[in-house]
Amino acid sequence: MKLLVCISQTPDTTAKISFNADGTEFNPAGVQFIMNPYDEWYALVRACELREALGGTVVALNVGPAANETTIRKALAIGADEAVRINADPQGAAFVAKQIAEYARGEQFDIIFFGKETIDYNGSEVGAMVAEYLDLPFVSYASKLDLNGNTATLERDIEGGVEVLEVDIPFVVSAAKGMAEQRIPNMRGIMTARTKPLKEVQPVAFEDQAKAVQFTLPPAKAGVKLVEPDNMTELVRLLHEEAKVI
Amino acid sequence: MVLVFAESPRGNLKKAAFEAVTYGKKVADLLGTTCVALTLGKADNAGELGRYGASRVLNATGAALDHFDSQTYAVTIAEVAKGNNASVVIVSHTSTGKSLAGRLAVRLDAGLVSGVNMLPVTDGGKLKVKKSVFSGKAIAEFEISSAVKVLSLLGNAVKPESSGNPVAVETVAAAASNGRIRVKEVRTQEGRVPLPEAEIVVSAGRGMKDPGNWGIVEDLAETLGATTACSRPVADSDWRPHHEHVGQTGIAIRPNLYIAIGISGAIQHLAGVNNSKVIVVINKDPEAPFFKAADYGVVGDLFEVVPRLNEAFKAFKAAN
Repeated sequence: MKLLVCISQTPDTTAKISFNADGTEFNPAGVQFIMNPYDEWYALVRACELREALGGTVVALNVGPAANETTIRKALAIGADEAVRINADPQGAAFVAKQIAEYARGEQFDIIFFGKETIDYNGSEVGAMVAEYLDLPFVSYASKLDLNGNTATLERDIEGGVEVLEVDIPFVVSAAKGMAEQRIPNMRGIMTARTKPLKEVQPVAFEDQAKAVQFTLPPAKAGVKLVEPDNMTELVRLLHEEAKVI
Repeated sequence: MVLVFAESPRGNLKKAAFEAVTYGKKVADLLGTTCVALTLGKADNAGELGRYGASRVLNATGAALDHFDSQTYAVTIAEVAKGNNASVVIVSHTSTGKSLAGRLAVRLDAGLVSGVNMLPVTDGGKLKVKKSVFSGKAIAEFEISSAVKVLSLLGNAVKPESSGNPVAVETVAAAASNGRIRVKEVRTQEGRVPLPEAEIVVSAGRGMKDPGNWGIVEDLAETLGATTACSRPVADSDWRPHHEHVGQTGIAIRPNLYIAIGISGAIQHLAGVNNSKVIVVINKDPEAPFFKAADYGVVGDLFEVVPRLNEAFKAFKAAN
């Protein structure tokens, strides 16, 4: 098995989000960065489990600057065998997808994993783009993935239910809750991660055709209006007359 | 023209399709062009999309389109878009649309903005459009510079507007493609509006103390025609089914009304619900962080407050 796990680096879930003075760029000052949770908890762990059961190699891939290597080393500590960093600022989803596709094209991976979305841009775009570039099937929001020979059986979350499907390798998948359980890297993993190969690859030229040009913070909530617990008629009145949602 | 892919899961047009066509018509008006809807596979009453603003409704059928495969769907949508010189292609930001949007962007050499929740504005040949980013903590405006643009529309972002007339459905050819996904089974919850589509959601957390106590939550949801949801600890303890879990790792929703009962409001939970239009929090702890994100709050014992609220809603319904 040759498995690729694409990992993104995102601000921590609890990070306070701010932008520069004219709102054109994210302000990273004081922000803790993490591996995108869905990439880490579900995609990477499931790839490692498959490798443990079937043999092979798990490659962790990140498109990002050298500063991302802490995050990449964490993927190696969790269980990836080797890592690749495409040395570029991950400007937008289409740029990142192009870089991943160009790298993966020559490598013949059996499965290419993504998390279901990143917690910064929440776009869920890159997996489908990579699948299209490589002319591969794509299964999004998969909550289960089992392999039997060359055929995978997957469950994917759909509105109000689950779809069960089969597809032969190679394919692209995005992972959701249920596919695996989060793993905390142990000391041995952290030690061996230091010596595992981390290759740097140069990006190909690509211009994003959709760019984030202006960031704003949502208007602050007016503040909670408290209603006495014995006066639910008043709450219903407010929801009807003031909020107009019933 | 503006091409809208109108989803018809298991042959039925759903709310997402009506929202997408309504939105597509508004985008078409903005650009001074027409809105054309495309359905794939079985789509009962597709002509009804005319009511929501489609000037033409196209349908492509064939064995390859009977179940969803992003590859076969994207090929046909892209062919129809090219054949009709579409300048904007719109899909719904659903499990289906999310699998398609990226493929369409590559296939059409188009800039993509996914999960938009507002109408775009034009800027020369460019489109500017906003979406929520950082799990609801910020808003980003994107500029799309390509000739063809792809947008995916977040659920509950526009209200379906039906003011036109049905149109005749035109059959178009499905593009030849090499779909490789074999759908074996589809399991859906019957009878309830799926969470991403629900306008009112009643959600409960650990404050319920025991799964046997959920009757008061279900009664309230029943009165309101709401869909029930739960917090992560509740789903992880198997008190409630996993598909009810809303929050960052579960489902992100944006109903008109979100009623949170006995949920403290951890940031991971808020990330999945903070785009709700109105949030009501019921919690006995006045320090619960959820109150900071709430519009209306009730500090009190949920086992007393929830039945009382249910009675008040029933009285309201009887009077209106």
